[in-house]
Amino acid sequence: MFLHEARLKRQSLLDSLFRNLTRLAAIGVLLLLASILFSLVMGSMPAIHAFGFGFLKSPDWDPVNDKFGALIPIIGTLVTSGIALLIAIPVSFGIALFLTELSPRALRRPLGVAIELLAGIPSIIYGMWGLFVFAPLFADHIEPWISDHIGALPYIGPFFVGPPMGIGMLTASIILAIMVIPFISSVMRDVFDVVPAMLKESAYGLGSTTWEVVMKIVLPYTKVGVAGGIMLGLGRALGETMAVTFVIGNAHELSQSLLNPGNSISSALANEFTEAVGELYTSSLIELGLILFFITFVVLSIARFMLYKLGQREGKAS
Amino acid sequence: MFNLYTKRRLTNAIGLSISVAAMAFGLFWLCWILWTLLDHGLPAMTPAVFAKMTPPPGSSGGLLNAIYGSIAMTLGGTLIGTPIGIMAGTYLAEFGHRGWLSPITRFINDILLSAPSIVIGLFIYEVYVVRLKHFSGWAGTLALAIIVIPIVIRTTENMLRLVPSSLREAAAALGAPQWKIINFVTLRAARAGIITGVMLAIARISGETAPLLFTALNNQFWNKDMSQPMANLPVVIFQFAMSPYEDWQKLAWAGALLITFSVLTLNILARTLFRQGNSTH
Repeated sequence: MFLHEARLKRQSLLDSLFRNLTRLAAIGVLLLLASILFSLVMGSMPAIHAFGFGFLKSPDWDPVNDKFGALIPIIGTLVTSGIALLIAIPVSFGIALFLTELSPRALRRPLGVAIELLAGIPSIIYGMWGLFVFAPLFADHIEPWISDHIGALPYIGPFFVGPPMGIGMLTASIILAIMVIPFISSVMRDVFDVVPAMLKESAYGLGSTTWEVVMKIVLPYTKVGVAGGIMLGLGRALGETMAVTFVIGNAHELSQSLLNPGNSISSALANEFTEAVGELYTSSLIELGLILFFITFVVLSIARFMLYKLGQREGKAS
Repeated sequence: MFNLYTKRRLTNAIGLSISVAAMAFGLFWLCWILWTLLDHGLPAMTPAVFAKMTPPPGSSGGLLNAIYGSIAMTLGGTLIGTPIGIMAGTYLAEFGHRGWLSPITRFINDILLSAPSIVIGLFIYEVYVVRLKHFSGWAGTLALAIIVIPIVIRTTENMLRLVPSSLREAAAALGAPQWKIINFVTLRAARAGIITGVMLAIARISGETAPLLFTALNNQFWNKDMSQPMANLPVVIFQFAMSPYEDWQKLAWAGALLITFSVLTLNILARTLFRQGNSTH
């Protein structure tokens, strides 16, 4: 009897030990985020003291005179990611549509995996390929055309005029687009799959074409999830480092044309951080990292919130 | 004049052809990139790549020290990150039904899952490299471990949730304490899926460059000491590809081929060996 009780006690002790161990690991994740934030803020303190909010608005980047501003990298990051999304959204939608509605059943899985492999290729490979293969072709065959034809248009023309160098903001955007397509399309495919078959079949039964079913049934049903997937892709594009570093040109200059080289937050970090001398230079770079983390944090939060919302509705419906 | 039916059929045909074109567009880039890698990488793949150290500019050599460093840091990062990830994932799936901790952890974890990896490199630089005043293989290992953790948490939780409750209840009815139920019943039932997650995590970190730039840095020589700067394939590729020397660029292509095909093989293995698990975005 006594022995039995002791054993029970030991087991319940082990139970609470185990539970608290796993809880500790979960708390560790929270602490990790908190310490990332804390260390970035501490690291950027000298720059924050020196420049204040002006850091965000200043286009200066002058390591010799210790004058730093984040405007050019911030614009570079936002513009390249924005253009990347413009290209990636329609393509991802097409791929998701193909995989869920059109593809023969036997091909669905291999094609899906092939698209996901695109996400598996390390970003440095995209960078190398972009620099050595894509950029020269782009400079020789496509950029002169863009400069001549689109550059002549009113309003949007000035964005597309420039020397065909191959490297620049537009090249970086296109490569970013290729990189985020697998992320967006796999989220879209997953949310398209949750549409109840009954809904689609009733629409087909009423005589809708596939296109009409997708546009009028599937998309409205999943719009929150689709938006979440797009935000997720945006989060990826904003933080992407190596691919952009290779092809964006790393010029701290504000130019109107997308064909000119620019800079993004992540590529500035990758290029300059190990070579930065002086406290203010280093801490300005860390503040850039903090800004990047903040932007992606907001974007990813919105993405997750939207995806949760779709998930909740799915739970209610079933 | 088109009547309504023709118009609808036409819209349908156009829409669907665009969709097929989009699929072809996606596959086109995959094939092009893989072709480029084979085209440039295969001629550069000589036995010397696996036998010699990274050379100084202008002479030939291999990637042995970088390959060793990459394997060591990837292995280290996985070994540190996996247990923490599995434990936290277990908490979320098995204990976290009530209270504030698990929804918040899940949310934060999802953010960390796609956080820019260069920021993680900055973080390790701030808390580790600055304190110890030198770059080291350990710093790189830690940065990679931080990337592993969220991936493993996500798959562990998802896979544990797929385990039917009746299994847990059966074990509980036999009088098993909870730690035994989780360790010997549910985690074991979810093992295949969790291994998939770990393999995907390994695939992800073995190609990561950004977090290693300011942590492990690089090393031209053979080095087994993790507390020294350590060569690793991604950073060597970065440095060599950006250089003007032809020998270096050739080695960079060889390294790129090596890394891509090991990553893709891992990816395909993980997806085909254990078919259920592909829910990490």
